[in-house]
Amino acid sequence: MVVRVNGREIGIFNVDGEYFAVSNRCPHEGASLCKGRIVGLVEATEPGTYQYSRRGELIRCPWHGWEFDLRTGKSWCEPDRTKVRRYDLKVEPGGALVEGELRAETFPVSVEKQYVVVEI
Amino acid sequence: MVGNRQEALRDPVRSYPGAIDCDLHPAVPGMSALVPYLDDYWREMVAVRALDRLNLSLTSYPQNAPLSCRPDWALDQGRKPGSSLAAMQAHILKPCQSRFGILNCLYGAQVFHSEDMAAAFCRAANDWIRDEWLNRDPRLRASIMIPAHNTELAVAEIERRADDDRFVQILMLVSGETTLGRRQLWPIYQAAERLGLPIGVHAGSAYRYAPTAAGWSSYYVEDYIAQSCAFESQLQSLISEGVFAKFPGLKVVAIESGLTWLSGFIWRADKTWKGVRAEVPWVTRAPSEIIRNHVRFTVQPIDAPDERDALLRLTDHLKSDELLLFSTDYPHWQFDGDVALPDGLPDSLFRKIVSENALATYPRLAKADHALEVAQ
Amino acid sequence: MSTLELERNTPARYKLRVIDCDIHPAMTSWTEVHPYLEKRWIDHLSVYGSHLRHAFSEALSHPRMSPDAARIDAYPDEGGPPGSSLELMRTQHLDPNGVEVGMLIPLRWNPGSQRNLDFGAALTRAMNTWQIERWVKQEPRLRASVLVAQEDTVAAVAEIDARGGDPNFTQILILPRTDEPLGRRRYWPIFEAAVRNNLPITIHVGGTNGHPSTGGGWASYYMEEHHSVAQTMQAVLTSLVFEGVFERFPALRIVIMEGGLGWIPSIKARMDKHWSRLRSEVPHLKRPPSEYIDEQVWFSTQPMEEPGSGAELIDLFDRIGWDRLLFSTDYPHWDFDDPRYAFKANLTEAQRDQLLHGNSRRFYGL
Repeated sequence: MVVRVNGREIGIFNVDGEYFAVSNRCPHEGASLCKGRIVGLVEATEPGTYQYSRRGELIRCPWHGWEFDLRTGKSWCEPDRTKVRRYDLKVEPGGALVEGELRAETFPVSVEKQYVVVEI
Repeated sequence: MVGNRQEALRDPVRSYPGAIDCDLHPAVPGMSALVPYLDDYWREMVAVRALDRLNLSLTSYPQNAPLSCRPDWALDQGRKPGSSLAAMQAHILKPCQSRFGILNCLYGAQVFHSEDMAAAFCRAANDWIRDEWLNRDPRLRASIMIPAHNTELAVAEIERRADDDRFVQILMLVSGETTLGRRQLWPIYQAAERLGLPIGVHAGSAYRYAPTAAGWSSYYVEDYIAQSCAFESQLQSLISEGVFAKFPGLKVVAIESGLTWLSGFIWRADKTWKGVRAEVPWVTRAPSEIIRNHVRFTVQPIDAPDERDALLRLTDHLKSDELLLFSTDYPHWQFDGDVALPDGLPDSLFRKIVSENALATYPRLAKADHALEVAQ
Repeated sequence: MSTLELERNTPARYKLRVIDCDIHPAMTSWTEVHPYLEKRWIDHLSVYGSHLRHAFSEALSHPRMSPDAARIDAYPDEGGPPGSSLELMRTQHLDPNGVEVGMLIPLRWNPGSQRNLDFGAALTRAMNTWQIERWVKQEPRLRASVLVAQEDTVAAVAEIDARGGDPNFTQILILPRTDEPLGRRRYWPIFEAAVRNNLPITIHVGGTNGHPSTGGGWASYYMEEHHSVAQTMQAVLTSLVFEGVFERFPALRIVIMEGGLGWIPSIKARMDKHWSRLRSEVPHLKRPPSEYIDEQVWFSTQPMEEPGSGAELIDLFDRIGWDRLLFSTDYPHWDFDDPRYAFKANLTEAQRDQLLHGNSRRFYGL
């Protein structure tokens, strides 16, 4: 899902119960990154082999297909040069939120009465 | 860091002492020169089929076309350009003051459809080069001609030359029967890596297919222009198929490619890779990075109106001054007079091009060189 | 590269005005073309379908890395492939990107590559009418291309002459992988017709002629195939020059579309250099190749090159000639160029205007 916080669009992803948040703009040409396909990581120890891992932890930009690691926000091909901003996330039970003062915007994300808290 | 343009520029240079000329073309004067090196069967075939009456000039280099031989390098009595060692010495080795010259023989044996025939005549030609060229001028080195379309026979020929350090490279045409990266060619690359022999990919075609996907063009000049496109395609094949991933010690030298296409090539190849990486996950570095580490380019011809500017621009774009290798492409007509390199190159770049890059690229050269020094 | 840098490239206040030379319209269903196709060909299309010089009758031999070779975010809610919804084209592209004029480049069925020449010609007639009825009449910003089945020059010339008077058609479209290189004399009646009708010829990447991707065999991977289109363009340009097409038709104008830009300075220099040595082979050429190109050839900008620095990009444009560049997005394909962010260099407003719409306005007489 994509949420808007302080004028910024942030994409929040649930991968097998783990949550990631990245900026919704691809740094290449500004595409809505979160409309891209979520993929796993494919590597190869040698040509003709395809080692598949980390299902659902990368996203391909919907335009040019550049791969970004949802954990780090870094592009897989150019991790040092090309990245999207990633945000820290916590999952809080609903009760805790009512009590404390909120410093960040929160977004209800599931039917289990939990909230994902995005730190901007 | 690439050559600083503010460095002291050399005075106009007309010879290149210590140069390693990485592209010289000896010509087989006629098949009869190879007959002594053939076995009984092929010797008889030559006679029975009058094979020695065949002119095996390549369509890629018609014998009398202006490009094929600079006018002042033509030989008398109808002899094929490049077929005389004495002429090569007088025309180019002596004036340039070259230290080494690498012979790339573009004899048609490589492209016979019959693999056995190609292998037999490549072997004979390599023997002939050894006897008539390498044995007669200690400056000379050679690329091994192979029948690339049969990798077993090709590897056998490579092994046959392995102990002679004067064979410093394996020669392949840029447009052969399959794209150069294909796995079926890998036994050749495996042998090359093991033996420390770069693969010399030279302009020229076996014409198994139209020169480009646009179809069969009318004119020779179009075919020659398309050679730079052929280098782009085959480099992309080598990279995409993962040849450098599989053979991390392998070096490839692009010979007579035209050079200036390389900038556009890396821009497009790098950008494409970022979008399609998952198709070729063994390509773990950008193509430009792979090229910096594995591919070298002989200098002549330089496709640019201002050649000095072009070489400097290339080193900037590629972020390396280690890619270029001095070459004259003798006797092809790529430059006039003795201007084998443009004037005004920064000193450090000049030295790299003239010899240092070649010494780093061809391990056997350095070995032989060291042996010579020790002997003296 | 970060989103911050992205913003720095285009000042927020810049008013985006764009002429997009490469938009690919699609059909929601292939039956869309029925009203414009004779019954005989409707049946043929249904029963025999596409008949090309490669293994698959409908699919590409090198499948793309995204479906329909398109942006994943370009699928209309109501169904149909990317490029099939005018409404989505408006809201996603024409409106927000300031597109004042967009040129349609239909690619479906590859009519110029169909081995059945009558079928190919019938498809071109139908799709030319389809462009007008389905797109241009509904949206005044759009223009059409005259598709021709170039291997049947008689039919191709007839179609050009039939459409030439209609100002909604701004160019003739030919895909470069033709039976013979496009400069060959058999195609000259088409160039003649183009000049007669004052229409440029746009050569957009594509075509299937049975020749391998490279002079040394077929590409294995899409990574290679995508790259090979740039070599095909260089070969077609070489053919047009050296066959003497530009010499014979000085009023002919050519657009090289979607071939990339990085190769242009080097191929011009290579052509000049080796022509000077081999000119006796082609005495019909009266001038250096680069002069013909500088006068009669234009280049669409997508896919934009991304060299190591903005300075390298500016240098590239300097060497091609700023006035030869026609902006294109390739909407809705995957390697789409966003007009705001495609140029990774600090361009002045005047340069931006020139590239995004100024050159095209002059070129197409808009």
